[in-house]
Amino acid sequence: MITSLLWLIPILPLLGFVINGLGRNTLSKGAVGVIGSGVVLASFILSVCFFFELSSSVEKQFTVNFFDWISVGDLKIPLSFLYDPLSAIMLLIITGIGFLIHIYSTAYMHEDAGFGKFFAYLNLFIFFMLILVLGSNYIVMFIGWEGVGLCSYLLIGFWFTNSNYASAAKKAFVMNRIGDLGFLLGVFLMFQVFGSLEFAKVFPQSANMLQGNDTITIIAILLFIGACGKSAQLPLFTWLPDAMAGPTPVSALIHAATMVTAGIYMIARSSVVFDLAPIAQNIIAIVGAATALVAALIALTQTDIKKVLAYSTVSQLGYMFLGLGVGAYTGSFFHVLTHAFFKALLFLGAGAVIHSLHHEQDMRHMGGLKAKLKTTFATMMVGTIAIAGLPPFSGFFSKDEILAHAYQFSPVLWGVGVLTAFLTAFYMFRMMFLTFYGKFRGSHHTEEHIHESPKSMTIPLVVLAILAAFGGLLNIPHVFGGNEWLAHWLTGAKVTQNHLELDHTTEFTLMAVSVLAAIVAILLAYSKYVKKADIPVADEAPRTALEKLSYKKFYLDEIYDTVIRKPLDAFSNFFYKIIDNKVIDGLVNGLGWTTNEGSKSLRLLQSGNVGYYIIMMVVGIVALLAYTYWFIA
Amino acid sequence: MGSIFENMQGVPLNHYIWFCAIIFTIGVIGVLVRRNAIIIFMSVELMLNAVNLLLAAFSVHHNDASGQVFVFFIMALAAAEVAVGLSIIVMVYRNTQSIDINVLNRLKW
Amino acid sequence: MELLILIFLPLVGAIATALFAKQNTAKVAALLFSILSLGVTVGLLCSFTPDASTQFVVNFPWIQQLGINFHVGIDGISMITVLLTNVLTPLIILASFKHEYKNANAFYALVLFMQTGLLLVFTALDAFLFYIGWEAALIPIYFICATWGGKDRIKVNMKFFVYTIAGSLFMLLGIIYLYLQNPANNFGLAEFYKLELDATQQGWIFWAFFIAFAIKMPIFPFHTWQPDTYTTAPTPGTMLLSGIMLKMGIYGVIRWLLPIVPQGVQDWTGLVMVLAIVGVVYAAIIAFMQKDAKRLVAYSSISHVGLIAAGIFTLSQQGLQGSMIQMLSHGINVIGLFFVLDIIKSRLETNKVDELGGLAKVAPQLAITFLIILLGTVALPGTNGFIGEFLLLMSVYNYNAWLGAVAGLTIIFGAVYMFRSYQKIMLGETNSLTASFKDINGTEKVVLYTICALIIAIGVYPKPLMQISEASVQHLLEQINHKLTGIN
Repeated sequence: MITSLLWLIPILPLLGFVINGLGRNTLSKGAVGVIGSGVVLASFILSVCFFFELSSSVEKQFTVNFFDWISVGDLKIPLSFLYDPLSAIMLLIITGIGFLIHIYSTAYMHEDAGFGKFFAYLNLFIFFMLILVLGSNYIVMFIGWEGVGLCSYLLIGFWFTNSNYASAAKKAFVMNRIGDLGFLLGVFLMFQVFGSLEFAKVFPQSANMLQGNDTITIIAILLFIGACGKSAQLPLFTWLPDAMAGPTPVSALIHAATMVTAGIYMIARSSVVFDLAPIAQNIIAIVGAATALVAALIALTQTDIKKVLAYSTVSQLGYMFLGLGVGAYTGSFFHVLTHAFFKALLFLGAGAVIHSLHHEQDMRHMGGLKAKLKTTFATMMVGTIAIAGLPPFSGFFSKDEILAHAYQFSPVLWGVGVLTAFLTAFYMFRMMFLTFYGKFRGSHHTEEHIHESPKSMTIPLVVLAILAAFGGLLNIPHVFGGNEWLAHWLTGAKVTQNHLELDHTTEFTLMAVSVLAAIVAILLAYSKYVKKADIPVADEAPRTALEKLSYKKFYLDEIYDTVIRKPLDAFSNFFYKIIDNKVIDGLVNGLGWTTNEGSKSLRLLQSGNVGYYIIMMVVGIVALLAYTYWFIA
Repeated sequence: MGSIFENMQGVPLNHYIWFCAIIFTIGVIGVLVRRNAIIIFMSVELMLNAVNLLLAAFSVHHNDASGQVFVFFIMALAAAEVAVGLSIIVMVYRNTQSIDINVLNRLKW
Repeated sequence: MELLILIFLPLVGAIATALFAKQNTAKVAALLFSILSLGVTVGLLCSFTPDASTQFVVNFPWIQQLGINFHVGIDGISMITVLLTNVLTPLIILASFKHEYKNANAFYALVLFMQTGLLLVFTALDAFLFYIGWEAALIPIYFICATWGGKDRIKVNMKFFVYTIAGSLFMLLGIIYLYLQNPANNFGLAEFYKLELDATQQGWIFWAFFIAFAIKMPIFPFHTWQPDTYTTAPTPGTMLLSGIMLKMGIYGVIRWLLPIVPQGVQDWTGLVMVLAIVGVVYAAIIAFMQKDAKRLVAYSSISHVGLIAAGIFTLSQQGLQGSMIQMLSHGINVIGLFFVLDIIKSRLETNKVDELGGLAKVAPQLAITFLIILLGTVALPGTNGFIGEFLLLMSVYNYNAWLGAVAGLTIIFGAVYMFRSYQKIMLGETNSLTASFKDINGTEKVVLYTICALIIAIGVYPKPLMQISEASVQHLLEQINHKLTGIN
C-alpha cells in the first residue's frame, strides 16, 4: 500500500484554498470553479484508489508519520495520519459529497460577488475535515475539529454585512468552543491515564481497564461534551439552526453531511473507550433520544424550509447518538453515511428551490412547484422517503438498525425513537407538500421567473438521489439475508458493536411498527396539508400553547440568553466598574492617597515659626540626652 | 601663668559646671522666649561662652591644653558668626523694617 | 563578545539616533539599527547549541569592591526572550512608521534604549546587572508613554511608574538580602542558586521577588495599572509594554524565582495558582463588555498572562515549555492586535467598537490579517497560540483538574470577547464613519503579513523553537528538584 501518498488527499484541497484565496479577485469564475472542484475531485479519486487498495489489503490500519508537532518531555504529539476502514469511508463521504456540492455551488453561487472566497473557504473546510478524520491521535483530530469550526464560522458569516448572519456565525463558534473545552479536558485526562494520545496506544491500553472505571467514565463524558458541541446535541444544539444563515451548499456540506457528524465519528473511533463506560453510554443514549425528539417537535411548526431541514438534521444526529449510546456503533455510522446522502440531497434540493424563487426561504410563499421543478421535486421526494424510513430506501436500514439496538437496550428509548420517526415522516412530508403541492403562494413576479436549475445543480441532485435510494445496500442486515458489509468492513478499524440478540420475529415487528408509524404520519400530513390545504399562519397569528412552544423552539435561545449571556455580561460590567475600578484599583489608589494625605497633615508641623522650631530642637536634644542617660549609659 | 592655674584649681570643678550650666540655660531660655533677633543673638553668644568656659575649666582640670585650643577656635568662629549674623539681621531689618523673628515665618513648606 | 555587540548595538543606535538623526530620518535609523540587532540575533541563533549550557558568556569585573560583575550569557530560555525582543522591536518600529511623532529622534532613541535594557534583563547572570536592566527598561518606556501618550498620560503613567518601582524595590531588597547571605560576596546568579536558605527565608525572598514580577506581568490583583497605561500609551509604547516588557516578569520568575527559592515557590504555589487562574477568568469576563477595543485587548492580555504564570508555577516541563512558546506567541499576537487597532484609530480617530462596523467590506486585507491574528489569540490549532495554550492548560490540568477546567474557560471566553469585538468592528454594514475606510498599504502590509506568517509558521511547525529552550527548561527543573529534595 502506498500510504506515503496519503498526504496528497488533504493537501490538494489546501492547495485549492491557497490558489483560490490568493486569486479570488484575479481568477475568472470558471477558473475558480474548476480549481475548487478539481482539487476535491482529485482527492476523491485518490480516496477511491486507497479504498480499493485497503479492501484488498490484509493489514487494515496504516499509520503515516510526518513530523513531531509538539514534543515536550513525555508528551509527544506527532503530526501523523491513520488510514483504516473507518477513515477510508469518511474520506469517501467527504470528498465524494464534497465534490458534488462544489459542482453544485459553481451554479448556485455564480452571481455572488464572493465567488472566489466561497470556494477558497469550501476547500479549506474539506482540508480540515480530512485532517479531522485522518488524524492518528486526538490532537491532530482536534486540529481538524477546530479547523472545521473556523470554516463553519467563515461560511455561516459568509454574507457578513448582515449582522444577524455574523451573530449566527459567532454563536456557532462559541457553542462549539464550549464542547471543545470538554474535548480538551477529556484529552488531558486521557493523557494522564494512558500517557499517550495516539489511538494506537490508547485503545489497547484502555482494553485493560475495568468496565465502569470512574476515570474512563469521566473521559467518556468529557469527550461526549465535545461531541455535543460539534454535533449539535442538547443542550448545545441551538447554533445549528442559526447556522442556516450560510449559503445553502454550506448547509448541505458542513451542517448536514460532514462536519456535524464529526462527533459521531469521534465516538465511533473511540468506541473501545466508550464501551467501558456504561454510565456515559446511558447519558449519550438519553441525550441523543431527547435531542431527536425535541428537534423533531420543533421542526413540526417551522416555516423556513432550511430551518425544517436544520432541525431534522439535529434530530437525526440525535438518532445517531442514541445508536452510539446503546452500543450500535456500526449502526450509527451507517446512519451517518445514509444521512449524508439524503440530507445533502434535501439541502441541495431546498437550495434549488430557493435559487429558483430568488432567495425565498419561507414555505408560506411556496407551493405548487411540482410541475415546474420536476427534477428537484423527484430527487427531493427520494430523499424525503429515505429520511422517513420507508423501505427499501437507505434511511430505513440505518434507522431500523439503531431502533433494534435501542429496543434491546431499553424499550422506552425505542419508543422515543419510533415517536421521532413518526414526527420525522410528518414534518418532512409537510415540508414537501407545502413546497411542491397546492397552489403557488408567492408573488406573480416570482412565479413567472420560476425555472428548473441548471445541469450543474441537478446532476449532483440525481447522483445523491441514487445514493440515498440505494445506500442501504451497504449494510443489509442478516434478517433480510444480507451480509452487513459495512459492519464487517468497520471491524478492520476495531469498531464493533453489541450483537443483536433479538429473534427475527421481534425484529420484523419492530420494523413494521416504525414503518407503519411513518406511513400514518405521511397520510396525516397529506390530509392536513394537501386535502385541507392548511397553510401555516403568519408569525404574529395566535397559536395554541403547544404550537407556540414548538414554533419558538422551546424558548431555548431566550433561556440561554437570560440564564447565561445576560448574567455574564452583568458580571462583566460589575467586575469592571465595581471590583476592578473601585475595589482593587481603589486599594492601589488608596495607598497613594494615604501617602498624599499623610504628607499633607505632617507638613503642617513646619509652621515657619522660628521659636517653635527651636523649642522642638531643644525638646529633641533633651529627649535624646534623656534616652542616652537612662537607656544607654 | 601658674597663679591663674592655681587660682582656677582652687575653685572646685563642680562650681564651674554649675555656673556654666546656669549661663547656658539662661542663653537657651533667652533664645526661646525673646523675639528680638539681636537679643537672641546675644543669648546664643551666652551659650557659646558658657561652653567656652567649661572647656577651659576641663582643660585645666585634666591638664590638657587642647581644650583651650578649642576655645580659641570657637572664639574665632563666633566672631565670624557674629559678623555674618549681624549683617543678616541688618538685611532683614532693611527688608522688613523689623527684627522680630515672628515676622520671618516663611521658613516652611 | 558577540553578546556585547548584541546588547549594546541598540544603545549605540539610541545615541546615534538621538544625536545625529533628523526628524524624518529618525525612524529609518532606528529601523536599521533594530534590523541590525535582529541580524546579530540570527547569527547568534545559528551558532547556538540547544543544550542546557550558558553560551556566549561575557564576564568581567565591574564594581569589584561590591563583587559586582558584568556577567551575561545566553541559554535556551534567554534565547527565546532575546529572540522575542529582537524580532518584535523592528516590527514595532516599522509599525510606527505611519505616525509622525514630535521629536522623533528622542522617541526612537528611547525605543532603542529600552531594547538594550530588555536585553540586559534577559541575558544578565548577575543580580545587580539584572536590576539595572530592569530599571533601565522602565525609564524609557515611562518617557515614551508620558510624553507621547494620549489623554491623562501624566497621571496614568505616574501610577504605572510608581507601582512598578514600588514592586522592584522589594526585589532590590531581596537581591541585597541574597547578597548578604552569599558567602562569595557577589551578585552572581550561579552563587545565588547554590545558597541554602531555610523555608522562612525562602518565603520572604519569594514574596520580595514575586511582587515585582507579579506587578510587571501583571497577575491579578496587581493588574490595575495596566489597562489605563495600555490605553493611553502611544501604540508603539503599548506594543513594547505588552509585547516584550511584561515578559520581563515571566522571565524573572523562571530565571530568578524558581531556582533560587524553590521551597518558597512550593509553599506558595497554591495561592499563586489560584490568583493566576482567577485572573484568567476575571479578566476574560471583564473583556466581554469593553467598549474601547484597546482596553479589551489589554484585559485579554491579563487573561493570557495569567495562564502563562499558572503554567510556570506548575513546575512541569509542559508548563514551562508552554510558557516559553506562549511568551513568544503572545508577544506576536498582541502586537498584531494593537497594530490593527492603531490602523483603525489612525484613520477613524476612534477605537470604540460601537462606533465601528463593516470594515471587512471596505478593507478585506485588514479583515483577513486581523482574523488570523485573532485566531492566534483564541488559540486555534494550527496557529501559534494553540501550542502554548494547549501545553499550559494541560500542565494546569495535571496540577489540579478543577483549576484546569476553570482555566479552560478561557478558550470559551476568549472566543466570546474576541469574536464579539471582531463582529462589531469588522462585520455588519458600514456606517457613515467607516464607509470611506482605506485598506492597509505599504508598511502596514509588511508588518501584518509578517505577523500572520509568524503566527501560522509557529503554529504548524513549532519544533525548532521548542528545541531551543527544551534542554534549558529540563535542566532548570532538575536543578529545582535537586534543591527541593536536598532541603527536605
